[in-house]
This record gives sequence, structure tokens and C-alpha cells, in this order.
Amino acid sequence: MAVPSIGDRLLLDRRDFPTFLASLHSAGYRIVGPTVRDGAIVYGDIAAETDLPIGWTERQNAGTYRLERRGDEALFGYVVGPHSWKKYLFPSHERLWTAARDGDSFTVTPEPTPERPLAFLGVRACELAALRITDKVFMGGIPDPSYSARRHKILRVAVQCGQAGGTCFCVSMGTGPGVTSDYDLSLTEILSEGRHEFLVAVGTELGASVLASVPTRRATAEDDQVAAAIVSRTAASMGRSMDPTGLRDLLLSQPNHPRWDQVAKRCLSCTNCTMACPTCFCHTTEEVPSLDAEKTERWRRWDSCFNLEFTKLHTTPVRASSSSRYRQWLTHKLGSWHDQFGSSGCVGCGRCITWCPVAIDITEEVAALRVPPASPPAEGGPR
Amino acid sequence: MASNALPPQPIPSSHPLAPAPFVVRSQTAETPDTHTLVLSPSDGHAVPPALPGQFNMLYVFGVGEAAISLSGDPSDATAVVHTVRNAGPITAAIAQSPPGQTVGIRGPYGRGWPIDQAKGRDVVLVAGGLGLPPLRPVLYGLLAHRERYGRIEVIYGARTPKDLVYYGQIQQWRLRPDIRFQVTVDAADRSWYGDVGLVTARIPDTRFEPGNSVAFLCGPEIMMKYAARDLEARGIPQSSIWLSMERNMKCAVAVCGHCQFGPAFVCRDGPVFRYDVVRDWLATREL
Repeated sequence: MAVPSIGDRLLLDRRDFPTFLASLHSAGYRIVGPTVRDGAIVYGDIAAETDLPIGWTERQNAGTYRLERRGDEALFGYVVGPHSWKKYLFPSHERLWTAARDGDSFTVTPEPTPERPLAFLGVRACELAALRITDKVFMGGIPDPSYSARRHKILRVAVQCGQAGGTCFCVSMGTGPGVTSDYDLSLTEILSEGRHEFLVAVGTELGASVLASVPTRRATAEDDQVAAAIVSRTAASMGRSMDPTGLRDLLLSQPNHPRWDQVAKRCLSCTNCTMACPTCFCHTTEEVPSLDAEKTERWRRWDSCFNLEFTKLHTTPVRASSSSRYRQWLTHKLGSWHDQFGSSGCVGCGRCITWCPVAIDITEEVAALRVPPASPPAEGGPR
Repeated sequence: MASNALPPQPIPSSHPLAPAPFVVRSQTAETPDTHTLVLSPSDGHAVPPALPGQFNMLYVFGVGEAAISLSGDPSDATAVVHTVRNAGPITAAIAQSPPGQTVGIRGPYGRGWPIDQAKGRDVVLVAGGLGLPPLRPVLYGLLAHRERYGRIEVIYGARTPKDLVYYGQIQQWRLRPDIRFQVTVDAADRSWYGDVGLVTARIPDTRFEPGNSVAFLCGPEIMMKYAARDLEARGIPQSSIWLSMERNMKCAVAVCGHCQFGPAFVCRDGPVFRYDVVRDWLATREL
């Protein structure tokens, strides 16, 4: 068994998958990946392969998500669930620092940065794109200490999607379904004619090192073709599409489009889209003092531009109407994100569509915004 | 092809969002709900250099943080000065900090007033309400090198005479022959001898050379919007008018998302913006 190196394409037998997991564990990684919980495939700790959603898939559409049995024993035969990897790099609740009274003054102790390195198992192409985006957000300026500490220690085991979900549109956003960069290992699950193997592409030295003790063999050109065909088939079966042409300019030029008021009649401002989005990064901070006021803690937690408090200035919110808040979310995600971070904030994963309780569909909203308003809009935008 | 793992980055030993302890040296009541605090680092370290128009995050132990503009003399390297209005539990705790109390500070943040653009030109400052404190460092700076600038016109408006901050200092500025400092209030009783009306009502009477002037505006958004419009109508180009925006802020380092104003993060790209950059955003409701 040769030592793998960058650029290698290897075959890993399904029966050797436990050995692969054991190798990650023995390399010191805490493996996190897909697991079935509460009727959905979410990300959690993977102690053994039985934690994976073996034989499960899901049916997704706007506002609906249902787990279903597959006719086979696929390990990665689903698309994406409500969780995204951001919950590990940017936890929903996180202590930033603690402080203690010190005479008349106080002493601040930064939260120690973590812990065991994480192996992300089953990262989809759209999620790698999301990772590139959150890297820009949290490390593009003053590096966020906890995000960067975790980020520099992760191992990315990517998976090329073998099927598309009902709300997927990564092809439109140019982020998938093929995994082309930013991975340590990239897996393609091959399930056909009694075969159950993974074609493994080695992306980094780190990826190569964790494969060293795992039985693999060289993939052939035919195996590569099989994997490429899987990706092509997935690309051809996207549940949604969104024309990305000129999206930034479209969004930034339409603050008064009547569609904002129309979508606001349905939007509940529930924040589900922003919680499920793999790139939404907005957060707030909270001061949590002890009862005796001798110690205090500074926490940050996920916030959402759909919350009224989000823009509260003195006593009133700047964005008081639902329509202004939906406009902010979409205009930021598809428009001003380009100005801030040099790319769109959308990766086409479809989570905001699936997890919207009233089935608001970002692709439908963009299509509606492309239609010029019938009559001149009322001056001053939404009310 | 796959990119390599990220290069290792040094993780700072102190958290970038952790405040440093400062001691309140003095606390002056400006109005019933507004106080000016003079602070200095409790560890004896130097005051971090700041530019007029920048802000700090002020922190009270166990209570929380708020973004407050610097309002002191920028040439004074020994103290940090903030004028704070009690507008909620956090700003109340800050404003009511007595001398000797420790207040946390991180900063300064943001882009300040482009004072270098005022050289050789007339300067118009328009302040409304608590918009004067963020402009006071500009005035200190202008007066410290008075010869570098043309006419200096200040218009300051407040709701009532009781809401005027820096009252004693304003009397002194008004006595100076080398600047004009106009004060107007929205409403007053018979004991007020000054002007009554909006700051925009003072603009027609303000004297400056329109093609060779800069204007710095700070106050309620509606005031800045109309003051900028009127100054433009008097001939100051949009690119020579600057205003300081205010938005909800949590992090001050462009990562929490709260202060977005169009594509800008007010904390990083502002709070001072050129009028032509923000004009359309100001015209959009609830942006």
C-alpha cells in the first residue's frame, strides 16, 4: 500500500469506511458529520459509522422536509439538512471573555480557544463555498480569535453530491455540485451493480496523512468517469435555478420595488432563513453578570436582521417594517455582499427555501424582482 | 486543484473585543440626562491615538457596551473625553459613572472627519442635539491652527436651551472674533434671547465661499438630510459635505452586521461619510 499524496485518486471500499473513521479518531480528530435526529439529518458527533444516516434520504421543497428510506445503504445519499458547518466555527452561543472585579477595576480573561481539532465529514461543494465566505467575514479583517482557532484546525472531508435536492440551485450560483477546491479529501460515493465504494481525491498533505493507514487502491480512468457522471447527473437535476446575471446591480437598484411589500405580507420575520443559512453571520452580544456582580461574562449569540431589535437606535428600530427587513436580508445576501466581501453571500444550498415556514422561495423572489414595477413606485420605499 | 490549508495565523493573547480599564477622572453634567466623562487608562498606559470623528466602545462591568463618539481635544494625549446621554440602561450606567469608577474602553474605531480637506477653505459645522460632541474635536483642531483655515461657521441647534451641551464653552467660542458660532433652539420660553428655529433656518445667513468650503454635519438623520440639501443649494458640492451616521453597533469591527447602511458598515466605513456616497441611501426609507 503506497503512501497517498496530493492529487491521488484512490478507491476506498465501503467495508473499510470504519477504518477510515478510526484513522481520523486516532489522528486526534473529533469527527462531526451527518446524523439522523428529530426527523432530520443534522450535523453531530460521529463516534462510529452507525451514526451516519445509512440508507436515508430526504425530500425537500419550499417549506417542507421529509426523511425517506432509500432503496440502498448509501452513507451520503441525502443533500443538506437544517444545520450548516457554521455552528462549529461560529457557535450559536459562545462566551467571548469573562471578567472579574479587581478592587476598583476589573480583569478580563479571554475565553480559551478550543480544544480538539474537528474533522468535518461530508462537506458538500456548496458548503465549501460557504466556508470560503465565512472565512472572509471572520478572518478578512481583524481575525476573530475563536473562529480562526477552530478554522485552522479543521480537516475537510468533502462529498460530491450524488443527487440534488428539491430546493438546490448550486449550479446557478457556480458553487457545485462538483468539489473542485478547498478540500483535504473529496469523496464520491459509487453505488451501482453491487459496487459500494468511494472514489477519494486527495487535496492536501493533511488529507494524505489520514489516509496512510487506510486500505485503498488506485482509481482507474473509468472510475473517474463514473464519478464525473454522478456529478453531471446531479447537476442536471437541480430542484431550483436562479439567474445570477447582474444580481448585485439588480438588488441594489430596487429598494422601492413593490415586490418587497408583497413578500412581507407572507414573511413572518421568524429568522429561520438566517439561522439555516450557512453564511449568515450576524450576531449580538450579551452581558451575563453573576448574581453577586463579582464576575461577568460576555457572550455572543446568533442574531438576525429580521429581528426588530436588530436595528434599534435609542428607542426605535431603523427597519420597523417586515418589508424593509426582508429587503435588507436579500439585498445584503445577493447584492451588497459583493461590495463587502467580494462575492455573493448565497451558495445555492436551498436551506432558506426549505426551512421557511411559509415557503418563501429566494429564487422566486429574485425572478419577481427582475420584472420592472408596473407603475412608478411610491416615493421613499417600503412602509 | 485543491488549495492548501490556511497559513497559520497568530492568535492574539488578548481578545480584540475585550475592553481595557480606564478610570473616570471627572464627570460633568451637561444637561439633566447628559454627562461628560474624562477618562484615563487605569494601568498608566498611553491613550490610544484617535482622530476627530472616531468612536470608542464604552463598557460598564456587568452592564454592557455602547458606541460613543470621542468629544475631547485630539491634542490631549492624556485623557479620553466622552459626552454620553442617558438613552437606555447601558448609556445610563456609562453617563452616571462617578469619578474613580472604572469604565472599559476599546477603540478607537471608524473613519473620522477629513480635516485635511479643510485646509485653506471655509469650514461650516452643523450640529444638532448630541451631534455637537463628535464635532467638538474638529473645532479644537481648527482653532489650534486657526491660520490654516478660512472662515469658520458653526451652527448648533438643540431642542430647548436646557438641552445645550458645553454651555460655558459655547459662550467663549461666541466671544471669539475669528469664528461665528450660531445657536438656535426648537422651542424656548421668554428667558431665551437667542434664535428659535431649525438649524436649516440659519443656513441662508451663514457666510462662506461655496466653491471653496467644506461642511461637516452631525445630528439627527433628518437634520443632516435637510442641512446637506440646503448647503448644496447654496453651492457647496456634494463631495465637500460630510456627515456622521449613527446605527446600532455591537462589535465595532464590521463582523456583527448590525450597523449596515446600504453596503457600508458604519463602524468601519463610517461613521463619517461623504454626502454623495450616502445621499441615495438617506433617501431610502428604513434602509
